[in-house]
Amino acid sequence: MSLTFEPIHVLRKKLVSGELSPVDLAQETLQRFREVEPRINSFVELNEKKVLSQAEATDIHSGPLAGIPITLKDNINVTGESCGCSSKILKGYVAPYDATVTTHLKRAGAVLFGRANMDEFAMGSSTENSSVKVTRNPWNLETIPGGSSGGSAASVSAGQTIAALGSDTGGSIRQPAALCGVVGTKPTYGRVSRYGLVAFASSLDQIGPITRDVRDAALLTSVLSGLDSMDATSLDLPVPDFMANLEGGVKELRIGLPKQYFIKGIHPEVEAAVQKAIKTLESLGASVVEVDLPHTEYAVATYYIIATAEASANLARFDGVRYGHRTEKDVNIIDMYGETREEGFGTEVKRRIILGTYVLSSGYYDAYYLRAQKVRTLIRQDFTNAFNKCDVILTPTSPTPAFKIGERTADPLAMYLADIFTIAVNLAGTCGISIPCGMTSDNLPIGLQLIGKPFDEATMFRAAYTYEQATDWHKARPKL
Amino acid sequence: MSQPTPIDVNYVSVLARLNLSSEETASFQTQLEKILSYVELLEKVNVDGVEPTAHAIPRFNVFRDDIEKPSLNPEVALQNAPRQANQLFLVPNVID
Repeated sequence: MSLTFEPIHVLRKKLVSGELSPVDLAQETLQRFREVEPRINSFVELNEKKVLSQAEATDIHSGPLAGIPITLKDNINVTGESCGCSSKILKGYVAPYDATVTTHLKRAGAVLFGRANMDEFAMGSSTENSSVKVTRNPWNLETIPGGSSGGSAASVSAGQTIAALGSDTGGSIRQPAALCGVVGTKPTYGRVSRYGLVAFASSLDQIGPITRDVRDAALLTSVLSGLDSMDATSLDLPVPDFMANLEGGVKELRIGLPKQYFIKGIHPEVEAAVQKAIKTLESLGASVVEVDLPHTEYAVATYYIIATAEASANLARFDGVRYGHRTEKDVNIIDMYGETREEGFGTEVKRRIILGTYVLSSGYYDAYYLRAQKVRTLIRQDFTNAFNKCDVILTPTSPTPAFKIGERTADPLAMYLADIFTIAVNLAGTCGISIPCGMTSDNLPIGLQLIGKPFDEATMFRAAYTYEQATDWHKARPKL
Repeated sequence: MSQPTPIDVNYVSVLARLNLSSEETASFQTQLEKILSYVELLEKVNVDGVEPTAHAIPRFNVFRDDIEKPSLNPEVALQNAPRQANQLFLVPNVID
């Protein structure tokens, strides 16, 4: 098997033993990148010279990621590199500082391996909202890779990189990971600093890894986590070594199944694969308990009010003054803002800014935004109550496998419903992981979501790892 | 609660400082009316006495010592400016 399909923990052993050098690994990964990139289009930028110079400078004992190529989503800052958020308005922008997660990766010895395509400003579920290119799902080039971290998920799935970072506001790590057959982790809100992540919806955004297996997910989550004085929402909690207890098994583990998540409208093969996964976990010793998340049906509506409201405020900074695009038109300052933003933003971003501005505007704030914040409280309480009865919650990650390119672009609401099973986790602020659990008859990956208690990623990872070790889905590779 | 009047995309685009083409205004008008009628389902939820959630993991009063720390120097802060002069961002006339 090609090296670039090996997980980090296997490659690290080869690097430490001297069987493999960082430069050889970088060369091999670049080779694979070149070979399949014209068909997948995962990357918006990759500087081969920079990759090789990092690999050459690597001290293999400098940290847990030393010599490992890792790709960043195009909304995470790296000093001296572009950070375009796959948007025209940030074309040519060069980051003046490192995001805190970038600092963590550098300290751990990672070889930063280019920038992954995404839905513009992380708004979307298919990566079709990128202003740069359309990324294709490595399992079927006619289908979308999911989104918004679609480039990150596709690049890992296609063996173009070893692992990638994404950001998850309503499912943007977990959903593309599910659709591309890889592992996607959203840590608990407050676990990972967002300093240097271009903000979309600040009460929901969280950075996390997209990896080949659960052990790599645990490793990267440990590297990325921790208090940061530059992000006041990051929490001062001990950062466990999430790899330490992966092998503890699932005996005595209580798995909650929310009845509201096993509904009509789920693709029958997704439902069957998830039911089979439940049986597998039971056979490994876990017990299953039905739990109630009664406000589930309100999650998508709540999310699209809160997320767009926050986005409309966060994206006000893109006004043509300090960075990014400015209109060439000779107009007064108010029209300079308006024209710059018209020229720079894509359709979905504009749609959300308008919706978010509306729900915050005088006369509508109470009816929409404030009400959504109250419903959010109820959704959060649902999870608190459910976690009194169980240790992890199990659901499908996405109601359907990857859909065809172009299929949902004309109907924003249909696109929003792609995130129906992932959104509540962000509203509740807790952690979730998507792992591969099957393939459809059309050979498209199916993802299983495990949701952990806030700050209990350790139990979530252990359950995911135990399932993964009992199955082979994570070893499936797309034929390219 | 009384029914809010429908969204006026033209007016909101002024609030958002976001000019729109007439095609965009028309398509957003239809699409956002549909999305807003979907989110009306939140009116079914009884939220009497429920506190709003601004952050899922509440955190208050994050203080730090008031100590001067290094920050971006002016050259770096200006490196992405569309127009600049004299270490300042240049904008069109604000007062005619």
